[in-house]
Amino acid sequence: MAGYETEKKTITFRIQRYNTGGKGHERYWQEYTVEAVKGQSVLDCLNEIRWSQDGSLTFRRSCRSGICGSCAMTINSVNRLACETQVMTLGTDTITVQPLRGFRVIKDLAVDIDPIAEKLLAVKPYLITKTPPPSDQERLQSQADRAKLDGLYECILCGSCTSSCPSFWADEEYLGPHAFLKAYRFIADSRDEGAREHFEALDDKHGLWRCHTIFNCVEACPKSLNPTKAIAALKRELVKGRIG
Amino acid sequence: MATLDPETIHDVEGVPVHSIHRHDVVIVGAGLAAMRAAVEASKDCDVAVVSKVFPTRSHSGAAQGGIAAALANEEEDHWEWHMFDTVKGSDYLGDQDAIEILVKEAPVVVREYEHMGAPFSRTADGRIAQRMFGGHTKNFGKGGAILRACYAADRTGHVLLHTLYENCIKNGVRFYPEFYALGLIVRDNVCHGVVAWDVVNGGVHVFHAKATMFGTGGHARVFRIASISLSSTGDGPSMVMRAGLPLEDMEFLQFHPTGLYIHGILVSEAARGEGGYLINDAGERFMKKYAPEKMELAPRDVTSRAIQTEIDQGRGIGGKDFVHLDLRHLGKEKIMTLLPQIHELAWKFIHVDCVKDPIPIQPTAHYSMGGIPTDNDCRVLGDGKSKPVVGFYAAGECACVSVHGANRLGTNSLLEASLFGRRAGKAIVRFLREEPVFPELPVDAAKAAIAEIDSILASAGSEKTGAIRAEMQNRMTADCAVFRNATSLRKLAEDMKALRERYNRIRIDDKSREFNMDLIDALELGRMLDIVEVMVAGAIAREESRGAHSRTDFSKRDDAKWLKHTLAWKKDGKITFDYRPVVITRFQPKERTY
Repeated sequence: MAGYETEKKTITFRIQRYNTGGKGHERYWQEYTVEAVKGQSVLDCLNEIRWSQDGSLTFRRSCRSGICGSCAMTINSVNRLACETQVMTLGTDTITVQPLRGFRVIKDLAVDIDPIAEKLLAVKPYLITKTPPPSDQERLQSQADRAKLDGLYECILCGSCTSSCPSFWADEEYLGPHAFLKAYRFIADSRDEGAREHFEALDDKHGLWRCHTIFNCVEACPKSLNPTKAIAALKRELVKGRIG
Repeated sequence: MATLDPETIHDVEGVPVHSIHRHDVVIVGAGLAAMRAAVEASKDCDVAVVSKVFPTRSHSGAAQGGIAAALANEEEDHWEWHMFDTVKGSDYLGDQDAIEILVKEAPVVVREYEHMGAPFSRTADGRIAQRMFGGHTKNFGKGGAILRACYAADRTGHVLLHTLYENCIKNGVRFYPEFYALGLIVRDNVCHGVVAWDVVNGGVHVFHAKATMFGTGGHARVFRIASISLSSTGDGPSMVMRAGLPLEDMEFLQFHPTGLYIHGILVSEAARGEGGYLINDAGERFMKKYAPEKMELAPRDVTSRAIQTEIDQGRGIGGKDFVHLDLRHLGKEKIMTLLPQIHELAWKFIHVDCVKDPIPIQPTAHYSMGGIPTDNDCRVLGDGKSKPVVGFYAAGECACVSVHGANRLGTNSLLEASLFGRRAGKAIVRFLREEPVFPELPVDAAKAAIAEIDSILASAGSEKTGAIRAEMQNRMTADCAVFRNATSLRKLAEDMKALRERYNRIRIDDKSREFNMDLIDALELGRMLDIVEVMVAGAIAREESRGAHSRTDFSKRDDAKWLKHTLAWKKDGKITFDYRPVVITRFQPKERTY
């Protein structure tokens, strides 16, 4: 952590904006200058801009510790969480910030995230069981079976993956990698007995088959998860007809 | 359920009819307490969840280490042991009837999470895995640390929050995400619902309910160094105070020992539960001076005071205001399996690879023990003692039932939020079975809320909310944190009064109604100033040291004068106090050492 708080750098933030108070209904660019110190995140800088330069700059924020997913945005052309992106590590004097692609922009960096929730619903995103749980104790699950959920259960629903997906750009009804990842999180769970129900929406022209294995979602995920791998596993299960 | 009597549809001045929503139950907030209540109540009735953030973005998701329950999956354990630890941890201010409910129902609550789908880590025989945490011991404190915290790696809050969201979807709970609650509608001791601001589109809405519940979370954001989200601004308690109702024990605010240096971001106690050391500049495990038996697994108030003392006496690393949390001896495999998120956070936020280097940490404002007074069925007490407000419930961090007393034990918060959220849900269902009708909405229900919004949007003063917020947070961290004294607290109270006057002269840049975060910042700041006022007044009044409230000018616990809960009201611009005795059943107060 050498240089924290002492090492400084002047950073120009080039922010893509869209608001009724701006230039009608057109997107435009606005630049702000921040004296950033090492250790400061992009979110810290955006807060500083809103709190001391321009209160109208709009973006979402909450936990500022990389777990809530509110501040996903496109920073230097890559989808990231602003709160866990250190300005110094980006290595540029100008940092470009845009709203997540593929979603309707409501205002500045805030996009309409309704599609994220809506698409999730389609895969029945909850544990489906037919057998009642044992009374007064938990269902058993081996450590090996539990390990199958690693890399799936950590999703924070930030939308970075689906925003980066060309299939989603081309087809707004496409479910998107986040929904597939969630579906597989349950299908891969040894306790789940509802594979057929989770799969219902997946075997569809707006479902699995529209994934063209471009891997953008893998690159975009701030939690280093791998939706493409989950999609491949889901396709395999479908082809094997195990759930048919 | 009784259906809506059309005769009860009334106009609310300033609110269009399509912005008045009616549900049997309206829950404000979407963390563990709120959504656990929603899961419970939605089995029987129509439930709406109104939250200022999208549900999975609630701050419960940031909890890392675990949820306490005497499951005895790993070793012998009993609810009586858990009860003793919680009572002692609370510095004897916790109400023992409520604590007994907490520890007895804990195993059911945790197993229900598993049944709902939560991906807990597992023991070798496939049961829910458990780890050690500060203040949790064997045999009424006489044994060593106990494996009691049920966990999912170090993402326990995340998995529980998502599990509840998923089950709310399954049960058809109606969500109103990104609605900011502005005010509570209470008339003649009956709650009618809440008024809220539609953040995305702009506009005042009324949520009309037979039963209203708050699960709005904590308020540690009034401090500069804080582990908690930027959204944890005490909106719930502030609304309650503005409705003329009391708040309880607001002077008790927990400082978590291990906040990541500079940011104050949480580094889970699980790091010490799994064997991490605290080290000062001289390279010594200084906890041996403060808690020779429990060492790093002493409760949070004790450990935070120890760290702050080391820093204040110049033994911070390089003389600076942090010490080291050293995990290196745990080895890479243990760190990456059991503490992966800590590894990620330390790397992403401060570029420390905790496999190779110690993590710089400092105490950070973390958890609000005080809040909205409730009974054990989560009914909000209008007098703070015995008289419930009809149709109004609260649970979780915004509430004070009180199970944590003066200091909460780690992993008891996820438990309390879930367990009392569940109890609130059950109590609400029982209340609705009595077939209450929708209370008639007062025509002026939204008057104060509309006036507040209009005045902020029209604000034309010279003050910036950012500057006022920074000043408030800096001063709170300087003068109302781990150690407190009368002189600085009195000065702080005066200065906060001046800040309130400055707040009345603000000007915001964004005058639009759609997605106006400038407006939200201003609203949140106003509510935080309410919280600060009552917290500082309570800290001045309580002339003793108990749990997280540590007065250098009254360094001892004073059971003769202060074994009681503070109740505080704001009346005619001033804070007035009353007190309520602590419920003591099984464990008499004793000296507290670890």
